[in-house]
Amino acid sequence: MALITNFLVQGGQMLAVLLLAPLLTGLVRKVKARLLRRRGPPVLQPYRDLLRLIRKEAVVADNASWLFRVAPYLIFAATWVAAALVPTFATGLMFSWSADLIVVVALLGSARFFLALAGMDVGTSFGGIGASREVMIASLAEPAMIMVVFTLALIAGSTQLSTVAGYMMSGDVGLRVSLGLALVALIMVAIAENARIPVDNPATHLELTMVHEAMVLEYSGRHLAVIEAAAFLKLLLYVSLIGAVFTPWGVAQAGSGPAAYAVGVAAYVVKLAIGGILLAIFEIAIAKMRVFRVPEFLGAALMLALLAALLMFMTRSL
Amino acid sequence: MISPLVYDVAHLLAGGMVLVSFMLLYQDRMHGLLNVFALHAVILALSVSWEAYIQDAPHLFITAAIALIVKAIIIPLALHRIVRRLNIHRSVETVVGIGPTMLAGMGLVALSMALMLRVTSAADALARQDLAFALSVVLLGLLMMVSRRNAVSQVVGLMSIENGLILAATGAKGMPLVVEISVAFSVLVAFIVIGIFLFRIRERFDTVDMQALDRFRGESQ
Repeated sequence: MALITNFLVQGGQMLAVLLLAPLLTGLVRKVKARLLRRRGPPVLQPYRDLLRLIRKEAVVADNASWLFRVAPYLIFAATWVAAALVPTFATGLMFSWSADLIVVVALLGSARFFLALAGMDVGTSFGGIGASREVMIASLAEPAMIMVVFTLALIAGSTQLSTVAGYMMSGDVGLRVSLGLALVALIMVAIAENARIPVDNPATHLELTMVHEAMVLEYSGRHLAVIEAAAFLKLLLYVSLIGAVFTPWGVAQAGSGPAAYAVGVAAYVVKLAIGGILLAIFEIAIAKMRVFRVPEFLGAALMLALLAALLMFMTRSL
Repeated sequence: MISPLVYDVAHLLAGGMVLVSFMLLYQDRMHGLLNVFALHAVILALSVSWEAYIQDAPHLFITAAIALIVKAIIIPLALHRIVRRLNIHRSVETVVGIGPTMLAGMGLVALSMALMLRVTSAADALARQDLAFALSVVLLGLLMMVSRRNAVSQVVGLMSIENGLILAATGAKGMPLVVEISVAFSVLVAFIVIGIFLFRIRERFDTVDMQALDRFRGESQ
């Protein structure tokens, strides 16, 4: 019986992240538009975009290799698995034993690897600059992310996400400057990884500034739909990750009743909405920075995460 | 035995000072730099008042008040005035880039922690962490002085070193008030002297860039 419940909860989570991801992106776009005094597309627009793209014919360049066609599915699969591992509304899921922060980082890293390869595959110049910029950003964002993971591991004594979330819920965390630094660093990494505004503009097709859009320029039809879905999932993943680690209130424990799961789902939806609204406010409040300033931005994230890990060595148990 | 909350707040404030020292290193605009320096002094004042509260030492509140009034208000305002008078609103030129400076700063923080944890094994946890963070703040101030060319940012580096010294002195329990007041006044006097020097340097060399002095000492061509 417990096995079946676990299986159902895990399956529910996989479906939930898939279904909620376009909604989160739609919400961010809507809030941004309203704050700029535009009406903006409806919140459900990303679903319609995906459906339309799936029904359209996929046009592939003549010189595209098999990699170009396979890459979207690989990217989507890796991102989906990573998103399903993060404890969203319940901890102690069926795959919790593998829900390790380092696994999540590695899955996202391999998705990025295939995206950069696919960007370069057709041989257009846009794909090339997109891929090179993406890799430049990743080479700084990934160490910062790993340092955040180390800080959390030093605090909670584990890199396993459900253990970390459980530890954060228990009262013995206390007030820690390291956690604040890690949170800021993680937010900066999330902004860079999701191609949000100070680093990259998700709504532009201006070749001087785009990073993510440049890589997927050659894609169309169902391939593009899958890549877009992966991008939505990645945004949801980072918001859920920040929610699970830094605001784990309301998350249902393993083996609790249906009421706890209902509370967990409600809390999760509220957290997503708050995260999306905050992201939208942040994005309209700030200007896009030059590509050459991105290393400084991510260098600051790396520095904050490193400082957080260093300060952890000064603990009260000395 | 120290209660967790007491330790955590002290850790938060002292760690905040190390963080603001890094913000000083990162900041490359004059007015932004002075605002961050004022923040540094405000956090120092908070940290000293927390120490005064937990050590039950009322004279430390005077130290905190001096830090707040002199270093968070008077000196930044005067430096803002000097910057406007000298007409140097533009970016600070740094000798090396921000990235390597930050990495060097990280190395210094790690060094001071490794050193202080080994040297002060007999002291209690609170004093140990205060000393380690204070040494980091002092070393970061020194790094700021060697990595900046502009005389005004070197002054800010010097003042942040002094903040680190006060943090160390309050953490170590038992700096007499007389010493503290005389230190505060000597800082003010030093600030006035430096201020006069800044104008003299500019009158003489038409710049406050310290590289101009190297040439006059015959160190570089």
